[in-house]
Amino acid sequence: MKRQHIDKGVQSGFLLVALFSITALSLIMVFLFMEGLPILEHVNIKEFIFGKYWYPTDDPADFGILALIAGSVCVTLLSGLMAIPLGIMTAVYLAEIASPRVAEIVKPIVELMASLPSVVIGFFGMVVVAPFIQKLFNIPVGLNMFNASLMLAFMSIPTICSLSEDAIFSVPRALKEASFALGATHFETIVKVIIPASLSGICTAVILGLSRALGETMVVLMAAGGAAMMPTSIFDPVRPLPASIAAEMAEAPFRSEHYHALFAIGIVLFVFTFIFNLIADYISYKFRQVGEASL
Amino acid sequence: MESKVKMHTRDLDFFYGDFQALYNISIKFIENQVTALIGPSGCGKSTYLRCLNRMNDLIPGIWVKGEAMLDQKDIYDPSIDVVTLRRRVGMVFQKPNPFPKSIFENIAYGLKVNGVKDRGKITQRVEKSLKQAAIWDEVKDRLNESALSLSGGQQQRLCIARALAVEPDVLLMDEPASALDPIATQKIEELIKTLSSRLTIIIVTHNMQQAARVSDRTAFFYMGKLIEINDTDTLFTKPGLKQTEDYITGRFG
Amino acid sequence: MKKHRLWAQKVFFLSFKTAACLNGAALLLILYFMVSRGWRAISWDFLTQSPKDSMTAGGILPCIVGTTSLCLMTLMVALPIGVCSAVYLNEYARQGTLVRIIRLGINNLAGVPSIVFGLFGLAFFCIVLKMGVSIAAGGLTLGIMTLPVIIGASEEALKAVPNTYREASFAMGATKWQTIKKVVLPAAFPGIITGSILGLSRAAGETAPIMYTGAVFFTPDLPGSILDEVMALPYHIYVLATAGTNIEATRHLQYGTALVLILLVFGMNLAAIILRSKMRKKLRI
Repeated sequence: MKRQHIDKGVQSGFLLVALFSITALSLIMVFLFMEGLPILEHVNIKEFIFGKYWYPTDDPADFGILALIAGSVCVTLLSGLMAIPLGIMTAVYLAEIASPRVAEIVKPIVELMASLPSVVIGFFGMVVVAPFIQKLFNIPVGLNMFNASLMLAFMSIPTICSLSEDAIFSVPRALKEASFALGATHFETIVKVIIPASLSGICTAVILGLSRALGETMVVLMAAGGAAMMPTSIFDPVRPLPASIAAEMAEAPFRSEHYHALFAIGIVLFVFTFIFNLIADYISYKFRQVGEASL
Repeated sequence: MESKVKMHTRDLDFFYGDFQALYNISIKFIENQVTALIGPSGCGKSTYLRCLNRMNDLIPGIWVKGEAMLDQKDIYDPSIDVVTLRRRVGMVFQKPNPFPKSIFENIAYGLKVNGVKDRGKITQRVEKSLKQAAIWDEVKDRLNESALSLSGGQQQRLCIARALAVEPDVLLMDEPASALDPIATQKIEELIKTLSSRLTIIIVTHNMQQAARVSDRTAFFYMGKLIEINDTDTLFTKPGLKQTEDYITGRFG
Repeated sequence: MKKHRLWAQKVFFLSFKTAACLNGAALLLILYFMVSRGWRAISWDFLTQSPKDSMTAGGILPCIVGTTSLCLMTLMVALPIGVCSAVYLNEYARQGTLVRIIRLGINNLAGVPSIVFGLFGLAFFCIVLKMGVSIAAGGLTLGIMTLPVIIGASEEALKAVPNTYREASFAMGATKWQTIKKVVLPAAFPGIITGSILGLSRAAGETAPIMYTGAVFFTPDLPGSILDEVMALPYHIYVLATAGTNIEATRHLQYGTALVLILLVFGMNLAAIILRSKMRKKLRI
């Protein structure tokens, strides 16, 4: 009977290890809150979230992150505006239009895009794109919201594209053939049958892509310009949430107000992306394809 | 002739969730005989076979009612160790499924997991099993080559050798020749006949000629029920029921 | 009518194709700039020497060594935990609340922003566990970040192992653990390795999680233990480009470092892709 006992023990061991991910996630939350909540002794939540002024090193310091939130939201939305159509169109092209041979070549390119380190993309935005758009649009600085959004779009396209492609690919053949049999063209079939059928998957892809852009640090740290002001045009420099944390952590004394404020920004960022992920998870769970009948 | 019942089921029901796949199956399997289970696809003969070594346990949401005994011991009793049961009731599958290991390692695998450590003993048992499965002469010079380099028929005989290596009492065969060509099939059938002198064999087949050629007794399944069971000669020449006769003469449907 | 529809199709398909080409063009553009401006900086000395003169000259050896050691640490953390989690989810677990919670944890861990991992690593590994800024703290942080990738890849590899292997093993009286250890894991091994390389290549390029946990601005010494701080390629690029002593004059070093990082990451990806296609060919036979 001995090895059967080993078997039971091994199973429990595996379960214990499998619980590590959820434990890590909980620990992350615990530490963010432990180090971030003390800032509420100095400002209340309303002042923190809706305060317009971020002067953490002044005396008295201002800890209002509205301008940082605005920066994050703006770059994310602007990058989404570029990345969502491009990502989905590329996915449709790969899954429906391209010949298998072309797709064989394009897919690794998308994978390579995803593997390019963010610091390299930020660097590229800083040294190549910034001077270029500065000249092109005749503006004072090239490091701004537009530049950062462009770079972020580049980073979120692979996520949007490959997840959408999976969704489109898993549309049952029968649906497509039924549409063809009714005399629809390939394009009409794509727009009226295939995209609606894979919409939940595409939504998940878009949400995860945007979530990635929102949480990305190096690109916005290097290419967004870093001014903690409310943006008024797409060529204004901004300072999104992750950039503030990364740029200021080095100079914030341990467990000072500033230190706690940066962890509190971490909480805000975490909550944003957590909600995004929950929505994505919910959509893909609720609308998962069950059989060919469900659209 | 003195005949001992090696294994039997009485009123065995089987459910996949709400769906009942088997109804009241009662069969006695005589020691050292070959019993064939025949019937149209979906009739439950494979499900029944997999009840006999509790292979169905791997599927979530199933349950079994009734009695299934090996040597007068209930194999679904909570005190029964399913791992030991499966060692005693071996199985050969429809498609040859050798592991992606060497020929030698494939056979030695069952011995090693059952605690045989002595290298000499393993080597000896590997040779014996391969000889029993009538494949020794074909592979003896290439024991360290990948089992996947063998032909389909050889792979299936290797799988039989692999099952024999742990010295089971009963061997379940789930359409063991359905993926093979006629010559390989013939070899497997000869092998089954030889093995039956010391093993109880239960074979599922959709091929009635095969059942007639290799088995001592034949059971006919239809829609999850056991319709008729008898000596193979009797069943094929004087079937007791019209339904059986229709099936074995091909007028079915 | 019909002509009009086919025209519309042509126009739209062309735009789809253009979209796909645009992505490729963007990638090529970035690569073109990095290669054309970076290759001159790369020499034997660049790869084998430490930075000199306040990082305005010399090489990047400490960064290469640092990134390599961070990667090894990451692998040591993420591979065992990732593979075991995948084995549990794919081989043992039955659908239920517990599995749903574990999966939710993994999915959300995958979505946590990299800088938040950095904050966590700083607060937990560096301060509470007293590791300081070190390979251990940085590697653990990166390891947790890489975990979801490795779990995903391992699960896929385990799913690809034919069920008949498991059944054959059980039919010989092997226990579940023996089956997993001796049949399932060896068969899934190439897939797990491929996925791990891909995950690791991402960890190698990450900056935000190691900024305050593992990497430092400058250290002339190579690491002697896992509690030493290191320089790292991605952080070095960031530092030189934004906070160096002479940003304009060290451009060629920045491009050179970026190119080395790209080559490292692409090399790992290429290895994984080749391994994968070899595997697929092998499975087809």
